[in-house]
Amino acid sequence: MANKDLDIELKLLLDAIYLKYHYDFRGYAMASLKRRMAMAADHFACRTLSQLQDRILHEPHLFPELLNYLTVQVSEMFRDPSYFRALRQSVVPLLRTYPSLKVWVAGCSTGEEVYSLAILLREEGLLERTLIYATDINTQALQKAEAGVYAVERVAAFTHNHSQSGGHASLSDYYTAAYGNVVFDRALKKHIVFSDHSLATDSVFAEVQLLSCRNVLIYFNRELQERALGLFKDSLCRRGFLGLGARESLRFSQHAPAFSSLVWEDRIFQKV
Amino acid sequence: MDFESPTGLSTASFEGRIDAVVVGASAGGVEALGTLLPALPREFRPTVLVVIHQPRERRSLLADIFSARCALPVQEAQDKEPAQPGTIYFAPPDYHLLVDDGPSLALSADEPVLFSRPSIDVLFESAADTYGHRLAGLILTGANSDGARGLAAVRQAGGVTLVQRPDTALAASMPTAALARGPADFVLSLEQMARLLRMMGGGHEG
Repeated sequence: MANKDLDIELKLLLDAIYLKYHYDFRGYAMASLKRRMAMAADHFACRTLSQLQDRILHEPHLFPELLNYLTVQVSEMFRDPSYFRALRQSVVPLLRTYPSLKVWVAGCSTGEEVYSLAILLREEGLLERTLIYATDINTQALQKAEAGVYAVERVAAFTHNHSQSGGHASLSDYYTAAYGNVVFDRALKKHIVFSDHSLATDSVFAEVQLLSCRNVLIYFNRELQERALGLFKDSLCRRGFLGLGARESLRFSQHAPAFSSLVWEDRIFQKV
Repeated sequence: MDFESPTGLSTASFEGRIDAVVVGASAGGVEALGTLLPALPREFRPTVLVVIHQPRERRSLLADIFSARCALPVQEAQDKEPAQPGTIYFAPPDYHLLVDDGPSLALSADEPVLFSRPSIDVLFESAADTYGHRLAGLILTGANSDGARGLAAVRQAGGVTLVQRPDTALAASMPTAALARGPADFVLSLEQMARLLRMMGGGHEG
């Protein structure tokens, strides 16, 4: 086909990254990865992915920067407000029946979704009994997530989403503004554990009642999706809840029979 | 029926060769597609992939609206779904649509490109990568410059490029920007475009 060389180079680059840095992107969906790697090649002033491979192997200090191209860090708080509204309406009442709660945000990136869930649980009176595991493979992104600092320009959109999501209080109750940024409350962070975890190579680490993993699976190929969904299935307790992205589903998965759809419109599933 | 091509491309050269048609539209796009898509006959063989800029919302009614008016099946694109021939797919709101090996459809939530998600450039570039010269790219009405880069990628891969004649477009910027980037094989009104598509799609000339 058209860009055979590019396909070869991409495969070799991913092999090199795996062998050298033990990050496994070999099971990622190629179309968007190809696009992101072309952007990375531009950024690193490389004409080809082969040149990029050369630089990445021999200049290890560049790798964290490349990782920001390999992983997607696009999120906002309360993205798709109706998802959070559905959680409040259909999931929270059942979560109330547990004396203690564990929640896993898989692929949490820079933390916007984690704080959204923490705030939702606080507003529903459940945060005090909850521990949230927030995981990602990108340690730089995790550090940002843990800091919980966001540019003040983004807050208007966050606030709008929050109120659309059925937020009871004002979002400003949960952060302090300073020097063009906002910092989210320590009282929220107390309930969050940030940790390095790969859906491609690591295994289950806890039993959870709610697992939110939105717009992560679309970046995986079928095989890696199956692996991740297998982890989710094993990690969720019986009748536990799984939230996916607005256009993700279990339709093509062998794990589909393990779940029933609770709120299809918002991609909330329940383990049977 | 003969079409004049600024690049000297003869319509005979691509008959039966086209496996997919990518379409990009923005302001005025729903009306433009309303002329174009219902004109495709049931026998139309290529896969049709459409990006139209629209407000970001959870549900899009585009697939429903066009289903009722088109001879071809119309769907909202789903991630990892095989790209079926003779089917029209719309990119879902707030996701990029790409083409992966197979060919299959892929969605991404990457950052907007030129303030757009879905982005016409993203679809066109990945389709050009997968389909090469078996692709036709169409840029229709719009008030921005999305698609110019993507159409250049279609041209570079040897695909056929079509641009709506700017003076027939509700918003001329997008077709104008596409033409500024390089010559298109055909610059046509929507009605002419529909006829040309029927010729390249293996359907009967109507």
